[in-house]
Amino acid sequence: MSAMALFGQLLLGLINGSFYAMLSLGLAIVFGLLGIVNAAQGAFYMLGAFFAWMLGQYIGIGYWPSLVLAPIGVAIVGVIMERTIIKRVYNLDHLYGLLLTLGLFQVIQGLFVYWYGTSGQPYDNPPGLTGGHNLGFMFLPNYRAWVVVVSIVLCFGTWYAIEKTRLGAYLRAATENPTLVRAFGINVPLLVTLAFGGGVALAGIAGVLAAPIYQVNPLMGGNILVPVFAVVVIGGFGSILGAIVTGLVLGVLEGFSKVFYPEASNMVIFAIMIVVLLVKPQGLFGRER
Amino acid sequence: MSDQVLDIAGLNGWYGESHVLHGIDLKVGQGEVVTLIGRNGVGKTTTLRAIMGILSKREGVVKVFGTETIRMPPERVARLGVGYVPEERGIFASLTVTENLMLPPVLAPGGTTLDEIYRLFPNLLERARSQGSKLSGGEQQMLAIARILRTGARFILLDEPTEGLAPVIVQQIGVVLEAIKSKGLTVLMVEQNFRFAANVADRHYVMESGKIVDMITKSEIAGKMERLEEYLGV
Repeated sequence: MSAMALFGQLLLGLINGSFYAMLSLGLAIVFGLLGIVNAAQGAFYMLGAFFAWMLGQYIGIGYWPSLVLAPIGVAIVGVIMERTIIKRVYNLDHLYGLLLTLGLFQVIQGLFVYWYGTSGQPYDNPPGLTGGHNLGFMFLPNYRAWVVVVSIVLCFGTWYAIEKTRLGAYLRAATENPTLVRAFGINVPLLVTLAFGGGVALAGIAGVLAAPIYQVNPLMGGNILVPVFAVVVIGGFGSILGAIVTGLVLGVLEGFSKVFYPEASNMVIFAIMIVVLLVKPQGLFGRER
Repeated sequence: MSDQVLDIAGLNGWYGESHVLHGIDLKVGQGEVVTLIGRNGVGKTTTLRAIMGILSKREGVVKVFGTETIRMPPERVARLGVGYVPEERGIFASLTVTENLMLPPVLAPGGTTLDEIYRLFPNLLERARSQGSKLSGGEQQMLAIARILRTGARFILLDEPTEGLAPVIVQQIGVVLEAIKSKGLTVLMVEQNFRFAANVADRHYVMESGKIVDMITKSEIAGKMERLEEYLGV
């Protein structure tokens, strides 16, 4: 096999991995603070892509403004859902949050399948990032390089914001003891809503980034959701760094297996998940709960 | 009265269906150190939680610095200038000592400066980068008090500051309380250690089954020792 094909698959794996990382990072934030396993995360990813496509299709707004506007739109949808529906299950077992968000996911996905069918809409590479460079050992499309860079910057930016800033300290403290954080004068319910908005906006950005690589398809959220959950389980639920590292590594491993043993590429993540669950049930980066 | 920091009248409180506070009346004046004493389970901690708004099922009048707070969530009560040091200290295990110290937002100017805090609590500087979970009980209590002093809160609710601490640490907490008092801050404190409470407090409210049953000032303690011992079951 050629080096070109190998590195091409690895790059695609890295891109998938960065989408896994962004989606599971959003899940980790939301789970840590709200105790909600947000199964609707895939729908927000799909919404991000669709909002970008709709902005272009109906109002003629291009990729660059959409990269900001679509995730904001996703965050608004998410915040409305959190305030009106999801907040009702905070005091119940985690299972109810999972079921509720899974239902919401099905409703959103169903609506878009009803409106747009399942064939997918094309979305062009943004001007300025077409073409690519021949690095000698591989051809690097500019847009894919951009996606990898943006995703990694966003992931580690989010990690930094949570681990090293004052707002992040509020979030971590509120994860441990929300009542006491409120008693210090911090509006925790508002913080929770903002964190939810931020968590789903990450999925929305991933969706916009994905639009030119894959088609904009109502089923794209469902397709990514399953590996993302596996990533979260392997990394350790609620762990920020675990979500990022595991997402990237598993994407690359998946890419590798596509080269060497394509039949296993859909299974490799789950095989790893099984091993991790047997050896370290709380996940590689997780703490015992 | 304008110099009343806390003015509670007819406060009732519930944990779910269970009625735990039965018409509390209690006042704390500017600059006073007042304790709530009584046996275990009579509602002392619950009273503090009701003042803070953490116990949300409550009725009656709770005025803090003259503002009615009975319908306020905890974050708004705090913003009036109230600092809360909970019984379990509430040190965040996933935050470092410094992050814990800097966590509560400044509520009013005039809070204790970091220099002064490190002078009062030298351990906190030594252990600045440790995780909150690594501190001893005494260090946790120091940190819980220090982080409230930093905020400039003028009214401090202290829940059992000496509970489970070695005598030498209790002494240190006493020094800190004197410092708080000399700054003119107001304190309402739950305390089981009556010898400690008697030393630092101006007045004592005695609680029994969700009610205030007596109030004793510092000067009356000697004369009412027998009655106090009966209240406290010693």
